[in-house]
Amino acid sequence: MIKLVSTCNIFNFYKGVDMSKKMNKKITRRSMLKSTTALAGAALGSGLITGFPAIHASGTPTIRYLGTAVNMGSEPEKKLFEDTGIKVKYISKTTDEVVKTILTQPNSFDIVDSEYFSMPKLVPSGSLLGMDTNRIKEWSNVVTAFTEGKVNGKTIGDQGTAPKKVLYLKGPNSTEFSKEPTRYATLIPTVYNADTLGIRPDLIKRPINTWAELLNPEFKGKACILNIPSIGIMDAAMVVEAMGEYTYPDKGNMTKAEIDLTMKIFTEAKKAGQFRAFWSDFNESVNLMASGEVVIQSMWSPAITAVRSQGIPCIYQPLKEGYRAWAAGFALPSTAKGRQADICYEYINWFLSGWMGAYLNRQGYYSAVLTTAEKNMKAYEWDYWMNGKPAAQDILSPTGKKLASKGEIRDGGSYNDRMGAVACWNATMDENKYMVRKWNEMIAS
Amino acid sequence: MKINKYFLLALPFYLIFIFFFIIPLILTIIVSFWDYTEYSIIPDFIFDNYKYIFNKCFKISTDLCVTFKTYLSTFYFCFMAWFFTLIIGFTVAYFLVFHVRSVGMQIVLFLICTIPFWTSNVIRMISWIPLLGRNGLFNSFLISTGVIDEPQEWFLYSHFSVILAFVHLYTLFMIVPIFNSLIRIDKSLIEAAYDSGANGFQILTNIIIPLCKPGIIIGSIFVITVVMGDFLTIGIMGGQQIASIGKIIQVEMSYLQLPSAAANAVILLIITLLLIWTMTKFIDIRKEL
Repeated sequence: MIKLVSTCNIFNFYKGVDMSKKMNKKITRRSMLKSTTALAGAALGSGLITGFPAIHASGTPTIRYLGTAVNMGSEPEKKLFEDTGIKVKYISKTTDEVVKTILTQPNSFDIVDSEYFSMPKLVPSGSLLGMDTNRIKEWSNVVTAFTEGKVNGKTIGDQGTAPKKVLYLKGPNSTEFSKEPTRYATLIPTVYNADTLGIRPDLIKRPINTWAELLNPEFKGKACILNIPSIGIMDAAMVVEAMGEYTYPDKGNMTKAEIDLTMKIFTEAKKAGQFRAFWSDFNESVNLMASGEVVIQSMWSPAITAVRSQGIPCIYQPLKEGYRAWAAGFALPSTAKGRQADICYEYINWFLSGWMGAYLNRQGYYSAVLTTAEKNMKAYEWDYWMNGKPAAQDILSPTGKKLASKGEIRDGGSYNDRMGAVACWNATMDENKYMVRKWNEMIAS
Repeated sequence: MKINKYFLLALPFYLIFIFFFIIPLILTIIVSFWDYTEYSIIPDFIFDNYKYIFNKCFKISTDLCVTFKTYLSTFYFCFMAWFFTLIIGFTVAYFLVFHVRSVGMQIVLFLICTIPFWTSNVIRMISWIPLLGRNGLFNSFLISTGVIDEPQEWFLYSHFSVILAFVHLYTLFMIVPIFNSLIRIDKSLIEAAYDSGANGFQILTNIIIPLCKPGIIIGSIFVITVVMGDFLTIGIMGGQQIASIGKIIQVEMSYLQLPSAAANAVILLIITLLLIWTMTKFIDIRKEL
């Protein structure tokens, strides 16, 4: 792809010299510039670079579902059709791409699955519809981690873009967040989890219990952090704080000086050869870990599962400073209306009605409505995934792969232990622009 | 009348060229002067995007700025990739043209050179990883034969692995144009030189290399432009620890900092064009073609 593009450029360059001479005769430079500027203005000013026309199926209701691959699978697709007769078309993109698509092609999807930390970027743009919580059957059963920032009655860490800060809107078409609960939500919560470091216990051979170990010289050349600035900076901040270098008033909203400090520590570590690599694709993290190139790194829960399913020991290590959490939910584009919007609400209600919640829980994520998920899981599954009890029998993934043997306990233990120990959330900072630049500088150093 | 006919013939090309090259390029230049926020780009005429790129670059006392550092590292990769692809590419082409006698055999061998291109370049890159890794094939082999005592880390995620991948990926870009130039050299010239008492080395430097200069320059342009804009190879083979302008642009794009990315793209384009312009000073390509 890249190869092709660049080869074409070379041809263009040569022919271009030829052409610009002739062009000048026919079209003056000024008129050319004028018309193209107008064109650019029209395309960008309107904010709409339209994608595909919405599907108005007269027969089968169909929705185009934009999101990361987390919730997308062929089994949910089949089950959804059986239960509701709705057909779903997946449009799978990376987290950043999802945001870009919402902003630049708001007509290319009917429903979007986005993360809460993107809300400070998306809500002011007015490209999403306020979600009417009165139309969500299970709204009152959404876990308190979202609505109140509490787990089991205990307030959890809210540094960063915690869902409760960006959950409510002032009105259906509002571009402002509401501190008080209102009828309108930015996203209807679906899935969330607490992330931490992944380790190879067989290669480290000693207990790990703090984020500071990521920069421990003992693991020189065998550590790794993810190269997605908005998430990587949070992991970096957890490490800096654990090392006792600095205590942030709010990791999720650093000042320029705090960003400088964090990046300085990581730049020095990078120059000293601490990191084997950086990863930006989920599969890279799996390969780095499985091949033994890296023994300690930022990791996501399904990546741990993927390493383990190759028969390689890998632990999602709980750490004393707590977890970095993330959460996602559904929204509709601001242009959604009529039957198509009704179908989307029906889909969301199906999503929260239990089967899907169980499907997510069985992968190590958590469902936003646990009461319905519990009804769809076997007691031994619920005990393993949610209560932190030893597996009464082998634990299988939704696709039937063995994830844990009888007697094993989930890393980090129960829901209350894991979600209760959340220290911060994925975040969009006020100084995001500056942060991304500083991150680039670290990579270049 | 005649001019019109030729113009019509060239029209489809002109149209493609205007819509897919000139207009996007002009848009890129325009956007590079715009302002932006987290979620929108704002029409404006500011130099901030450019100012930021060269931020702290012209202060003497401080370290080299990110932009200069990144370009230096990119130039380094360019030079190394160019050097090795040229040596290997020229040798292979020379062998094909002057040592393989039958045309049939030439074609067969030439096709063999293209076999790696039957797979995607990402796969060709990734397939090096299991070979070069800490517990990879090379390290295991070298340890078992006693050449080294412990695994060598610099095989993978290093400058070495990036250059290796570039050479592997782009040598064919050198072979093809050089082969094309060599095959058109009149063999009687070589015979004449030989008859006049020139030795093999003199024939190479006085006859063959000057006559295949267009091939070398075209191959060099291919390789250098590809490496200048690359971020995939440097990313995958460098473990994302080595900066490239392409990667900076990609990160900025994914955070919707389009004006900043556009400014970087414009600078990259200018530098790449300068490089090519310098190369074309060595030879008039259109005349030679």
